[in-house]
Amino acid sequence: MITTEPVITVKNMVKKFGTFVANDNLNFEVYKGEIFGFIGANGAGKTTAIRILCGLSTPTSGEMKVAGFDIYRQTEKIKQNIGYMSQKFSLYEDLTINENIRFFGGIYGMKIGERKARTIEMLERLELKEFANRKIGDLPLGWKQKLAFSIAILHNPRIVFLDEPTGGVDPITRRQFWNLIYEAVEKGITVFVTTHYMDEAEYCDRVSIMADGRIVALDTPEKLKKQYDAANMDEVFLKIAR
Amino acid sequence: MRILFYILQKEFTQIFRNRSMLPIIFVMPLVQMLILVFAATNELRQVDLAIVDYDHSYSSRDMVAGIVGNPFFKVQKLLANSQEAEELLMRNKIDLALVIPRHFDKDLNMNKSAEVQVLVDAINGNAAQLSLSYLSSVIGSFSQKVLINPIKPEFRQTKNIVIKPSYWFNPQLNYKYYMAPGILVVLITVVGMLLGGMNLVREKELGTIEQINVTPLKKWQFIAGKLLPFLVIGLFDLAFGLLVAKLAFNIPVRGSLVLLFSLASVYLVLVLSWGLFISTISDTQQQATFVSFFSLIVFIMMSGLFTPVESMPDWAQKIDFINPLFYFVKIMRSVLLKGSNFADIFNEFAALSAFAVSMFGLAIFRYRKTS
Repeated sequence: MITTEPVITVKNMVKKFGTFVANDNLNFEVYKGEIFGFIGANGAGKTTAIRILCGLSTPTSGEMKVAGFDIYRQTEKIKQNIGYMSQKFSLYEDLTINENIRFFGGIYGMKIGERKARTIEMLERLELKEFANRKIGDLPLGWKQKLAFSIAILHNPRIVFLDEPTGGVDPITRRQFWNLIYEAVEKGITVFVTTHYMDEAEYCDRVSIMADGRIVALDTPEKLKKQYDAANMDEVFLKIAR
Repeated sequence: MRILFYILQKEFTQIFRNRSMLPIIFVMPLVQMLILVFAATNELRQVDLAIVDYDHSYSSRDMVAGIVGNPFFKVQKLLANSQEAEELLMRNKIDLALVIPRHFDKDLNMNKSAEVQVLVDAINGNAAQLSLSYLSSVIGSFSQKVLINPIKPEFRQTKNIVIKPSYWFNPQLNYKYYMAPGILVVLITVVGMLLGGMNLVREKELGTIEQINVTPLKKWQFIAGKLLPFLVIGLFDLAFGLLVAKLAFNIPVRGSLVLLFSLASVYLVLVLSWGLFISTISDTQQQATFVSFFSLIVFIMMSGLFTPVESMPDWAQKIDFINPLFYFVKIMRSVLLKGSNFADIFNEFAALSAFAVSMFGLAIFRYRKTS
């Protein structure tokens, strides 16, 4: 259900750290219901951009709207409408799966009944029901990543931001992870994802390729492959990077 | 309010799941009360003393016998001359030397007054004053006619006026009564300043704070969630420490415990906010620990816990206006030892409350969800 109704609008986004320019005049829109990929090498500025859109970092200049709210003045309203999964695993390892869910559901102000129903649904989907009272620190990385994603969308946000969500997990788990993403999209959640795995770029509806803080290409994977006369996104990326 | 409940539930679960937490809560009060109260004392015992008797008379021997018999003094040696005494003082073998001159007996009987010389190791001025005055009173009880002639002229004592002291609130001058309430303050200050702050910085180090910062959680809710659990632990430790002090030293509890714990809550909000403020400006636990300890030491040394505030220079006393420990040490001693009521300590309460509210506000203000 991809529309052309923008849920994220970015105009002239600039972020400088001292003299270093991490985001150099970014312009793009993300449409409601799509999977929008941010592709680029390490240090290209993907994480900086995602952190600004989530309200974790202030941009140097530019106009940005997320879920219809202004990034400077309505940060807290944005936060009610987004989910975020950071590069660094950040659920509480000393709490159990249930306790983490209860806490995050609680601080998003979810109703108890709704939270309980969604918890059951989620644990069944992830086949983690019998591990509900295990501490998260004891679980394998792949499970943790899937849990982190599921908890990030527990409160049913309009947009979920995923910063390299599949870093360090095996190909099978990555595939399962992407199935979870598709299911979220079906529920109407817009997905903003950064990655440096080029096969994952193929799964996105549209990708923007970043290099040195700038967007150097932005289109659907099919059109990019055609434009650069490449068999896959890996080739596209290598041609652009060169 | 419901959201605060979820935060507190999470914080308490984590605190009690942490294996090092229970020992901290129970062992710290025990160690502080049982060791520090004994160690932090100004009471003198067993002052090492040497006596040089040039007179060898009936009077001098009589006086020396009186000193030797006093448990406060440990007479190291009876020396032949004062050079030896000076040498022993130099080598830290003795704290005090009493020199009885020739003709002591004669002077005492003929002139109705005689002089003795006292050499005092005054490196620790406080202890020197104290041992000299003990020695004076021992000699004084031997004879009102002996004039003591110490090296420092200010120490000169005259025996014309007899003062009969009446010590209020602590008639036996039991030093532990004085120290135990102060050590209790140190105890809950350490709990307050370190535990809450460390907890917040740890979330920064682990990165879990990011996941909090992308939620619509209010800043005050987050800070209150970090503060309240340790407020409870601080109050518990105060109760536990007080119980230990009562059982071990039988310290008096003359004032209202309700009043004491209410004031302790205000005080804990203040020190917890201070610790949390430090951790909002720190990135690592090392940084936060260092800054906390630095401020802790300054506050403790200036609080009047070990040394009377009145003997500090004027400017230092003015700095104490912003020292939370200064107020709370005073409150604890007044309520426990004097039985002061709310009106008696209203000024201290007002100061603490004002600081607590501003510091809590500052910690909330300085906590940034967006960097």
